[in-house]
Amino acid sequence: MLLTDAAAELAEDFNAISLKDRLQLLLEFSDQLPDLPARYADHPDLLERVEECQSPVYLFVEVEDGIVNLFFTAPAEAPTTRGFASILNQLLSGRRIEEVLTFDDDYPGKLGLLEAVSALRLRGMSGMLRRIKRQVAEKAGS
Amino acid sequence: MPAPIDSNPKFAEYAHPEVLVSAEWLEANLGAEGLVIVESDEDVLLYETGHIPGAVKIDWHTELNQPVVRDYLDGEEFSQLLSRKGIKRDSTVVIYGDKSNWWAAYALWVFKLFGHEDVRLLDGGRDNWIAEGRALTREETVISPSEYPVIQRDDSKFRAFRDDVFKHFGNPLIDVRSPEEYSGERTHMPAYPEEGALRGGHIPSAASVPWAKAAGENGVFRTRAELEAIYLDGAGLTPGADVIAYCRIGERSSHTWFVLKYLLGFENVRNYDGSWTEWGSLVGAPIVKGSEPGEAPKAA
Repeated sequence: MLLTDAAAELAEDFNAISLKDRLQLLLEFSDQLPDLPARYADHPDLLERVEECQSPVYLFVEVEDGIVNLFFTAPAEAPTTRGFASILNQLLSGRRIEEVLTFDDDYPGKLGLLEAVSALRLRGMSGMLRRIKRQVAEKAGS
Repeated sequence: MPAPIDSNPKFAEYAHPEVLVSAEWLEANLGAEGLVIVESDEDVLLYETGHIPGAVKIDWHTELNQPVVRDYLDGEEFSQLLSRKGIKRDSTVVIYGDKSNWWAAYALWVFKLFGHEDVRLLDGGRDNWIAEGRALTREETVISPSEYPVIQRDDSKFRAFRDDVFKHFGNPLIDVRSPEEYSGERTHMPAYPEEGALRGGHIPSAASVPWAKAAGENGVFRTRAELEAIYLDGAGLTPGADVIAYCRIGERSSHTWFVLKYLLGFENVRNYDGSWTEWGSLVGAPIVKGSEPGEAPKAA
């Protein structure tokens, strides 16, 4: 499925349910965030901190043969942040460079989470997306 | 009927022992008639990952704040919120949360603006409950909605507005933010998002006492003697002083407000919730940069 279609489908899923169920769906994403592979778990210096998030969350982008792979880590005590990371991971990891670079910057605002988690918190997800795109652009160019 | 008081000897030292319960007390009183447990966290999803059995959740951002005016709920809205949570006017409410009860103290302060009589904090909050190996559950709490009366919020006793700060000069102010925010090196907490104050520094004459100094291991409150060393000997507060505490938006300073008011017994202590996000951008408001408190301007 194209990234734009997958993203639109997920946004529809979120918007179709109650605010309470949106939090439950976000929690499911949070629970699904994979652990870091050992090569990053042992080298925290390679990860970039997402300053826009209240909780300590770090990400790393790999680009190989035109394909983007993402890695995140955030503590269990920060489930909202983990949920945001997990959504971006499931949508963007494994996609082609051009798809990631042209991905909708306003997407975090389209999940119907504004009322459920508040604008302040949602800013963290926009920060992650911006940093992912910047790293992809840098690595695609080098 | 209010729940019994926790007779823990550490609490007996405090000016108001009745405002704290230990994890041991709470576990023994789970399900007690008239007791409602409330979780209030920084992270809006943390409650859903597992909470104390029977606890309800109140989120500071989406539930206690007005969506359009920068203010708290009004009497009608507070009544609706507490009715939805199954809280009655005479319920004993025990609030706990993450980060040494920082947001829990904020929720407690809002409850006090509405004069809710019996509201207490779980000493050590969520972290200490977990550290002591006590159970959390993901099971949904079944709430029987109540009828909480409409009470007008009273901002006169525990809340300070910016004009109150101008009038307060000459009396002690406590800045509970990090040393970097106090000196003006940064306008937000280390590692937290920028929240848009135009200048960095502190309110003239404010003493710097970062809020977390009041909490020890696992977030439990320090003993009365330790707290007196911090706030009386360290920050120079004298018993009976009229104090205003502030931070960035009034959340961390709620924690200090709680300590000064209930644990050390300062009767006249107010929380300036406009805090640095207001003062740091306010036209005509004086500030001081650097690590020294600076001189208080003449009171307005």
